[in-house]
Amino acid sequence: MQTLKDVKCGDSVSVVKLHGEGAVKRRIMDMGITKGTDIFVRKAAPLGDPVEVTVRGYELSLRKADAQMIEVQ
Amino acid sequence: MGVKIALAGNPNSGKTTLFNALTGSNQFVGNWPGVTVEKKEGRLKDNKEAVLMDLPGIYSLSPYTLEEVVARNYLITERPDAILNIVDGTNLERNLYLTTQLMELGIPVVMAVNMMDAVRKSGDRIDIGELSKKLGCDVVSISALKGDGVKEAAEKAVKAAQKKYAEAPVHEFGEEVESVLDEIENVLETSGSGIRQEQKRFYAVKLFERDDKIKEVMGNAPDVEELIARTEKALDDDSESIITNERYHYISTIIDSCLVKAKKGRLTVSDKIDRIVTNRWLALPIFAAVMWLVYYVSVSTVGGFVTDWTNDVLFGEIIPPAIEGFLESIDCAAWLQGLILDGIVAGVGAVLGFVPQMLVLFIFLAFLESCGYMARIAFIMDRIFRKFGLSGKSFIPMLIGTGCGVPGIMASRTIENDRDRKMTIITTTFIPCGAKLPIIALIAGALFDGASWVAPSAYFVGIAAVICSGIILKKTRMFAGDPAPFVMELPAYHLPTVGNVLRSMWERGWSFIKKAGTVILLSTIFIWFTSSFGIADGKFGMVEDLSDGFLSGIGRAFAWIFAPLGWGDWRSAVAAITGLVAKENVVGTFGILFGFSEVAEDGAEVWGTLAGSMSALAAYSFLVFNLLCAPCFAAMGAIKREMNNVRWFWFAIGYQCVFAYLVSLCIYQFGMVFTGAGISVGTIAALLVFIGFLYLLFRPYKESSSFHMNITSVRAKA
Repeated sequence: MQTLKDVKCGDSVSVVKLHGEGAVKRRIMDMGITKGTDIFVRKAAPLGDPVEVTVRGYELSLRKADAQMIEVQ
Repeated sequence: MGVKIALAGNPNSGKTTLFNALTGSNQFVGNWPGVTVEKKEGRLKDNKEAVLMDLPGIYSLSPYTLEEVVARNYLITERPDAILNIVDGTNLERNLYLTTQLMELGIPVVMAVNMMDAVRKSGDRIDIGELSKKLGCDVVSISALKGDGVKEAAEKAVKAAQKKYAEAPVHEFGEEVESVLDEIENVLETSGSGIRQEQKRFYAVKLFERDDKIKEVMGNAPDVEELIARTEKALDDDSESIITNERYHYISTIIDSCLVKAKKGRLTVSDKIDRIVTNRWLALPIFAAVMWLVYYVSVSTVGGFVTDWTNDVLFGEIIPPAIEGFLESIDCAAWLQGLILDGIVAGVGAVLGFVPQMLVLFIFLAFLESCGYMARIAFIMDRIFRKFGLSGKSFIPMLIGTGCGVPGIMASRTIENDRDRKMTIITTTFIPCGAKLPIIALIAGALFDGASWVAPSAYFVGIAAVICSGIILKKTRMFAGDPAPFVMELPAYHLPTVGNVLRSMWERGWSFIKKAGTVILLSTIFIWFTSSFGIADGKFGMVEDLSDGFLSGIGRAFAWIFAPLGWGDWRSAVAAITGLVAKENVVGTFGILFGFSEVAEDGAEVWGTLAGSMSALAAYSFLVFNLLCAPCFAAMGAIKREMNNVRWFWFAIGYQCVFAYLVSLCIYQFGMVFTGAGISVGTIAALLVFIGFLYLLFRPYKESSSFHMNITSVRAKA
């Protein structure tokens, strides 16, 4: 299973499924990361975490631990 | 007849700008009851009958963040007459997600698409008519910054409010979801829950999502678990995700007919700035430079200079002598003169003295926040700070705290997450502020021959206290209850307007004067009274000598508490108490108690006497206690203001004092053993404390995924 955490900077992926539950999952989905959404991984923060992605035309940052919940292809 | 309109929208959508443009100076700023979320209300400039309520900026009506819960409680229970939904036109897709939720509430909605000037500039086109048709509400295009269309939006909202009738939401979910929602609506109908027709859809969706907070509000929510489980199985997802998916799915089906994007692939100005500012190599140096600038201007130079002037000149050389002269000329009683000069004027001075520096800092904060850099600070620093339960944005309060804890605490306002903010408020004053430096100089000079390690060690103790407290507190039930997802928008950079920056500065400064002022004033008067009144020669009255005052009595009565820390002398206790007025008073108090009338800032005159009355170890323990214990009254006032909750305020102060006591205890008792004093009861107590401390520090930690907030109490007070 490939997750958003493993995606290299500069790559685009599409969301397959969201794992996990509760507040974090809901928040991720509220911000527009849902099944089939295209995500472009822009960059990682200077200290390696969190990462910045482009989703639905805007910039979003999320921690790698949370990115791991997002299955992509 | 008066109408109530709620202003709702995503963070960074220009909501504040619109609110200011619509209400002008007719604003009332406060807090939502019991929570730290800011509440703003105002009357429309053109229609004084209409009240506009500025809801917190939110992305969704989920039950998981404080802002969202506050906003939706207001919408559900207070039921405003209309909702003015501001939407960022440059980021339409995600902004419409909240709109689909607002539409279900059964309240008339008027949508204002903001930043239309930027949309046009980028070459995008938004079809307002189509948007209105697809969403089923009035849509106005505006530019809050330039004031275009703002009036029209307000007029439409007022009209919608007077109509008092909401169209049924137009957007539809997939067939399966719609049918289960219909079934739940039927159950609601038959169960006689007394829900109004126009709110049925909202409650049906929330029941389907298994929203516990809504069930709480409803009281006797019907059981629809079977229906939910069936749909979840059919669609292979949990019900919450199903609804979210359906909303975004609906938006993506309508977006193409409403929004024509110009050719993509070009880097916007914001992208170019971001390339440099959050660049792998440049981000940290740029961050350091920005922080240096903020600190240099607001603490070292401009802010510090103005504050010193207010404290030393305005409330030192100008106002007190003038009032004194006046009081003497009218032959005022000595005690009243004392009350006015040393109690009230000094107290007011203590409040106002901090204001100029704070205003300078608030200008910076407002600028950093509204230009978009604050979000980047959280992005850059998150990795370091989240380890001990703080936010990347906690860096600014801590940095400012090295100058003065009061603006430091006030700077915590920029942290959105409630848990991170409370944690920052509790720990910021552990960092030695400018007023603690004289204490450090006194102890270092008197007992350590001015050794160069004492001052750095004070900062080390402060930072260690922040880190350890962060780790310990984050594992307690009070904090572990609330999850802190770090899924944050990085808004596009833009230049804020001067008006908005100044308004934000003024609001924060004024709220400090109003809310913190009372605490500071009252405590200053209390300390003045207890130090200048007492029983001398068997008579109650004013005393010349501090050691005859009630305060010294208090010091004597409580000195035994500090004996295990090595400084059970009543003079040290009194000095620590007067340190609550302002930390640098500790030095002056020692001066008075040891019989010197005037001492230098570092108390050089009392060094010899102090060295005679205290061991080096006891002095270091005294120093650590004063660095970590409750801060001065001004900072306590700021804590009270920012916590906005009496229990949290006392928890913060209590935690700081107990923590300071235990750390000093360990330092003194272990130090005694190492210097060969042998093992005593105190050593064992300190050892137990130390073991407990290690346990709290290293016990396992699990972040909870539920959000605990007592809705009903908020509702009752709202």
